[in-house]
Amino acid sequence: MNGRESDPLFSVKNMRLLKEPLGRSNPITVQVLGICSALAVTVKLEPSIVLALSVVVVMGVSNVLTSLIRNMVPGRIRIIVQLVIIASMVTLVDQFLKAFAYDVSRQLSVFVGLIITNCIIMGRLEAFALANKPWESLLDGVGNAAGYGLILVIVGFFRELLGSGTLFDYPVIEMTGLYSIGYENNGMMILPPMALITVGIIIWVQRSRDKSLIEEN
Amino acid sequence: MNFLRKQLDRVKPHFEKGGKLSRFHSVFDGFETFLFVPDKVTQRGSHIRDHIDLKRSMFTVVVALIPALLFGAYNIGLQHYLAFGPEETGLDGSVTSLFIFGIIKVLPMLVVSYGVGLGIEFFTAQIRGHEINEGYLVTGMLIPLTLPIDIPLWMLGLAVAFAVIIGKEVFGGTGMNILNPALTARAFLFFSYPSWMSGDLVYVHGLVDNPDVVDGFSGATSLALAAAHDISSLPSASDMIIGTIPGVVAETSVIAIGIGALILLVTGVGNWKIMFSMIAGGYLMGLLMNLLAVNAFMELPAYYHLIMGGFMFGAVFMATDPVTAAQTETGKWIYGLLIGILTVLIRVLNPAFPGGVMLAILLMNVFAPLIDHYVVEAGIKRRVKRAAA
Repeated sequence: MNGRESDPLFSVKNMRLLKEPLGRSNPITVQVLGICSALAVTVKLEPSIVLALSVVVVMGVSNVLTSLIRNMVPGRIRIIVQLVIIASMVTLVDQFLKAFAYDVSRQLSVFVGLIITNCIIMGRLEAFALANKPWESLLDGVGNAAGYGLILVIVGFFRELLGSGTLFDYPVIEMTGLYSIGYENNGMMILPPMALITVGIIIWVQRSRDKSLIEEN
Repeated sequence: MNFLRKQLDRVKPHFEKGGKLSRFHSVFDGFETFLFVPDKVTQRGSHIRDHIDLKRSMFTVVVALIPALLFGAYNIGLQHYLAFGPEETGLDGSVTSLFIFGIIKVLPMLVVSYGVGLGIEFFTAQIRGHEINEGYLVTGMLIPLTLPIDIPLWMLGLAVAFAVIIGKEVFGGTGMNILNPALTARAFLFFSYPSWMSGDLVYVHGLVDNPDVVDGFSGATSLALAAAHDISSLPSASDMIIGTIPGVVAETSVIAIGIGALILLVTGVGNWKIMFSMIAGGYLMGLLMNLLAVNAFMELPAYYHLIMGGFMFGAVFMATDPVTAAQTETGKWIYGLLIGILTVLIRVLNPAFPGGVMLAILLMNVFAPLIDHYVVEAGIKRRVKRAAA
């Protein structure tokens, strides 16, 4: 315990908190959490990125706040306290988006509000922030949110490129001239099932590169 | 035949363990068992090994598909001729000329389907060290036969790749898939490129590029007409049974599909319970619709549902897929019956999806394991009760 207290801010161990969720313990592809919003908002790249950033903010701050008050909160009411923290953060982010990025906020509609129910956030508060100090909690929260956001952005990239032929609403496919030789956008990429299949393919690729992730059965 | 056998025996040692080409032994195995009945015997225990292996039973299905394919080729020529007339098409309207025209249009689809699909199968078999499975022999034939003739070939290739990789290989290959791969490919195209898969133009060759046709010709399928409540322009029942109507490549002719069904039933490759119960389910649901009869589609005679669209093709070649259908005998009755009921339900009540057969079969593919589970459970319960008594 003593050794950990004297850890420098950017020690190897702390950095691992930040990096692991991007790969080996990714919330979406390994823990299979937060799938719902990953399907709903990834039709286009821009909302995917905005939602990813919102989750990074919400999760980073709630993790720190929870960690700060971890010794004061009675165990019985900890869930409700966590929910209050998350909900306040989400409301802040929601209002912020409405004020400064109204179009995107309309596209995301209810899904900003639904960050509250994102099981990754609650999961990290319970599993990490309640038992660790603020700095580590911040790294863990940002790392997990970034891991979630990374998948969102990858899925959003492929769905917008293949489904609508654009990136950030910029007509990429049209520029390459593929339409004139008979290429057409894939309408199924816009439908939710393809988001699920895209996530599945990412999981497949990740597991074939890192064999230790494959469960024995 | 002896010559072939000798050639095979000559190169065989190279492919066996330790040989310089042993990495490709599954390719060799695939070809050897394709040409000759395998002489393998089980190593231990007593097993009965049927000489009708997977390859032979699959081949029977391919043979059963041929009448529908040949008629489909003729019908493509015929519909093109009817739509554009003799001057525009340069055809003289004889059966041979129409057939040759059609077969030239269908062959590229078959080549692309088999090329892409078998390519992926061979490739994955090498990676995984599996034997090459012959399930694709049928799938590769079924996919082009259930598509409109003018579908761009790259879309077909993409759909085949999707169906083989996502529909089959990720589950573990032939025999492990949940959904019928041929219908997976079709569903993929249906939702990805709807403008090529539905509408009044896609079913007749040349209509998409050039919608000006001879007066009085409509490229709409009978299902589309019925869904639009345009009952008076439906083709006659005899035309639907013979199959000289617009539709996807091989679904139109009830007679040609019937010959295929006969081949499957006589050889025992296709399951009669599924075919029969699906037809019964469709007919019963058609009767129920007649009872309600709030619109023109519902008033249609119940037997029309059996001869319109892909119902027969689905019943004979798709629903009976031994991998994705229910495995228990009682389960097969339930499975077929529900497909028939759902098909008519989707057709009549959901005008957005005229092709109800595809969705009904895919849905029941998903439920087949559940049906089997309850059939088995019921069997166990019955026996426990009997043992207790």
